[in-house]
Amino acid sequence: MRKVACIGAGMTLFRRRLQETPKEMCWEAARMALDQAGLEIGDVDAVVFGSAPDAFDGIHMKGENVLDACGGIGRPYVRVFTGGGTGVFSPIAAYWHVASGLFDCVLVVNEEKMSSCQPHPQSVFGHIWDPILDRPLKPNLVWIFAMEMNRYMTVHNVRYEDVAAVAVKNKRNAVGHPCAQLADPHITVEDVMNSEVMAWPVHRLDISPPSDGASALVVCSEEFARTHRIESPVWFAGVGWNIDTTFWTDRDLYFPEYLANAAKIAYKQARITDPRRQIDFAEPYDPFDYKELHHMEGLGLCKKGEAPRLTREGVTQRDGDLPTCPSGGLLGVGNPIAATMGIKVGELYLQLSGQAGQRQIPHEVRTGVTNAWGDLMQFSSVVVMRA
Amino acid sequence: MRVGIVGVGVVPFRTVTPEYSWKEIMYEAAQRAYADAGVDPRADVGSFVTCAEDYWEGFGIFDEFTPDQLGAVLRPACTVTGDGIHGLAQAMMQIQAGLADVVVVEAHSKVSDLLTYAGVVHHAFDPIWNKPLGGHPYYVAGLEMDAYLRASRVGEKACAAVVAKNRQNALTNPRAAHGSKVTPEDVLASPPISAPLKDLDVAPLADTSIVLVLAAESRARKLAANPVWIRGVGWSSDSPWLETRSWTTAAYAAMAGKMAYAQAKIRNPAKEVEVAEIDDKFSYKEPQHLEALGLSKKGSTANAISRGDFDIGAKLPVNPSGGSIGCGNVIEASGLHRVAEVVLQLRGEAGQNQVDHPRTGLAASWRGIPTATGAVAVLGVGR
Amino acid sequence: MTAKEVRWPGKELTAKEFYNKVTVTRYRPEAKFAWSAGEAMSRFLAELQRGRLIARSCSSCKRVLFPPRMFCEECFRPTDAWVYVRDTGTIETYSISYIDLDAKRIETPVYVGVVSVDGASPKMGIMHYFGEVAPETIRIGLRVKAEWKPAHEREGSVLDIRYWRPLRRGE
Repeated sequence: MRKVACIGAGMTLFRRRLQETPKEMCWEAARMALDQAGLEIGDVDAVVFGSAPDAFDGIHMKGENVLDACGGIGRPYVRVFTGGGTGVFSPIAAYWHVASGLFDCVLVVNEEKMSSCQPHPQSVFGHIWDPILDRPLKPNLVWIFAMEMNRYMTVHNVRYEDVAAVAVKNKRNAVGHPCAQLADPHITVEDVMNSEVMAWPVHRLDISPPSDGASALVVCSEEFARTHRIESPVWFAGVGWNIDTTFWTDRDLYFPEYLANAAKIAYKQARITDPRRQIDFAEPYDPFDYKELHHMEGLGLCKKGEAPRLTREGVTQRDGDLPTCPSGGLLGVGNPIAATMGIKVGELYLQLSGQAGQRQIPHEVRTGVTNAWGDLMQFSSVVVMRA
Repeated sequence: MRVGIVGVGVVPFRTVTPEYSWKEIMYEAAQRAYADAGVDPRADVGSFVTCAEDYWEGFGIFDEFTPDQLGAVLRPACTVTGDGIHGLAQAMMQIQAGLADVVVVEAHSKVSDLLTYAGVVHHAFDPIWNKPLGGHPYYVAGLEMDAYLRASRVGEKACAAVVAKNRQNALTNPRAAHGSKVTPEDVLASPPISAPLKDLDVAPLADTSIVLVLAAESRARKLAANPVWIRGVGWSSDSPWLETRSWTTAAYAAMAGKMAYAQAKIRNPAKEVEVAEIDDKFSYKEPQHLEALGLSKKGSTANAISRGDFDIGAKLPVNPSGGSIGCGNVIEASGLHRVAEVVLQLRGEAGQNQVDHPRTGLAASWRGIPTATGAVAVLGVGR
Repeated sequence: MTAKEVRWPGKELTAKEFYNKVTVTRYRPEAKFAWSAGEAMSRFLAELQRGRLIARSCSSCKRVLFPPRMFCEECFRPTDAWVYVRDTGTIETYSISYIDLDAKRIETPVYVGVVSVDGASPKMGIMHYFGEVAPETIRIGLRVKAEWKPAHEREGSVLDIRYWRPLRRGE
């Protein structure tokens, strides 16, 4: 099998509202990734685009609309879509473009412009539910998080302050990220616990913000990296993805089995048998603070119900034994759904190539894992990367 | 590594399918494909791909609503927001990358659930430059038809003959929804939509679901006596800007064709391709795509059409299935439908519409207005 | 992206700037749908109107599938028979929501969650509202019963159940 590398990353600021159009954001991120890899668009053989619901940007077939800004004219160009899981899934699609032998160099661009949607980006999430079973109840997206969080906390007897500690860690970590929307060096667990209740047990500061933003990666074959004298390629070691039933009310929400499946597939490819020992740091998807804990358990980085204790003991701090969300995560940097690629797979690339600047994990790291999560609490994508 | 198609499932096209939910129509196609391939989706399939766009379906994230009916629960599955041949290409690459041995591709149309088809097509227009202009979105097809006819010497009569041929072919295709005896004169006399585009130049909508089962070469040989091989796949896009794209030639089809021909080592497509299923969402698209794909020489297409060179008994039968005009426009499923029809032709299972022993076939798709995106698959049997 | 990159693209707008008409175009898509409910959901809705909950059984995995479906996603085969389930169940999880569909705050909170339904296979249920509960009394594991709308008000919708309320003594 061909080895596949990530050799460049770019991203825009993540902000509640950006002036740039979806096309302009895509172009900025794409140009930046190419610059970082030292390439021009002519070096790119194919383009993969990732984005979440069309309704945010307010364009049907939005992948078609932005393709010029992604370098897609005259190139094989495709958009993949797995809801919130897209942020880590479009790089997987780029991986198979290269690993198949069909392409040598692929540009991945992910974009989300949530501020276009009025009156509030949340309104879009009204349409992600089953039209017969769920939509008549006028559900808010926060409900499903609240229901999952409550189930998880009840089954494992988790204290709320241990969940809030994740939000504090990530918002503090984000201080080192130049694109961050909600970095806060002084935030405390009390701040999170005292923020207003949105849908109990979810408080306002448990949630990542809606954001505008774009990110891009350059993915290539081993030979391409060699002939273009790329200095510090970071390698895809394993990829996996998995989906559970649409009938989410038929599942026990306390544990993400689909994520465990996706991780198992990725770990097999990466020859990882003991994730806690063989993985040096993690960027689990953290749109809500409890999701980091949920995902650490799904990724097999600890036993079921053990993640809150690791957080409490400081193991997941940037200088801890298992740094988790050193980027600042979605909670700190922002959540332009698919564009979070820049702080998930993008952060793996930057950390493993020693380019994370202020955010660089102080000890040597050689293997990292990330995941994203989407659809109706039912899908996960996993990428393992090595220096 | 070669990838073969070992299973085909098609739900016969119909204008409305009130008895099925979108899940149930997909389940129907999946069952047929798995039975055809002799696979158990719960045990044998490594990955599933669905081709869908949210606004066609009326969902925020349609990917949520796909796994159960395909047998994909707790398995790798994803959505490609593209035409069925885009999905086919992703599935093929997953196999070649070693991620799975057997991959399932699904595409469907439940467009009868959509009450405002024109409104949704219009929603794909650029929000700043084109949306404010309003109008029925098919004016873009009128503009393109006008530009193409002027540049190509293909006339409205030739386009009308394409409609008559495809409607006729559909009469004997049990999967088609819109077969009928239509004369070129009927087409020319039908009411204008956006001149020169007329009512009968437009492929009517239909519902269906299509499922294909793909397998790596070694698995394919075990699963099927005579697998149909994917010899090449190409996909490409011209500019999304209406203002700057090529109107007279289908540049996306030419680029996608070039890519697929290179993989298939086809140098002279007009000689080597023996059956073609080409996008005809509008009548003029068939000759325009034929020229872009090198299957008909520019300048001679009108004559070839009037001679009947693309009829079922001729040297290069084009859209023997009846195409979108005869079977129905099934939006993102259009490309996968054409692949399915070519597979049946290459297997010799196309019934009354069977072409004489083809060994190489081609399927080409276009994502429709307002896109300039298309995909091409070259398929073959034998060594 | 560290030393080499100095410019992080993107110009932030304030809400006031954002709503300035010079930089905004408005569009409301015309996108209306009427989904065919299909065989399983059509019967489910018809039974709701009659004040009953119905499921489908799979003779292969022996599960009683609720909400009902015409095929078993585990066995990938057609389901076999219609089975009525009870209108009582257990709260699997819940939330107390202070925001509406558009994330606006609401005065009276909504109790919402998942009920696993008695008579269906374990953990199989639906999302719905809870009533006659308070933050102190609602809990995971609470036994509940559907509070139906009167027959003449029911129209074949999940809203034919007003909410689920705690089981009363003797129920």
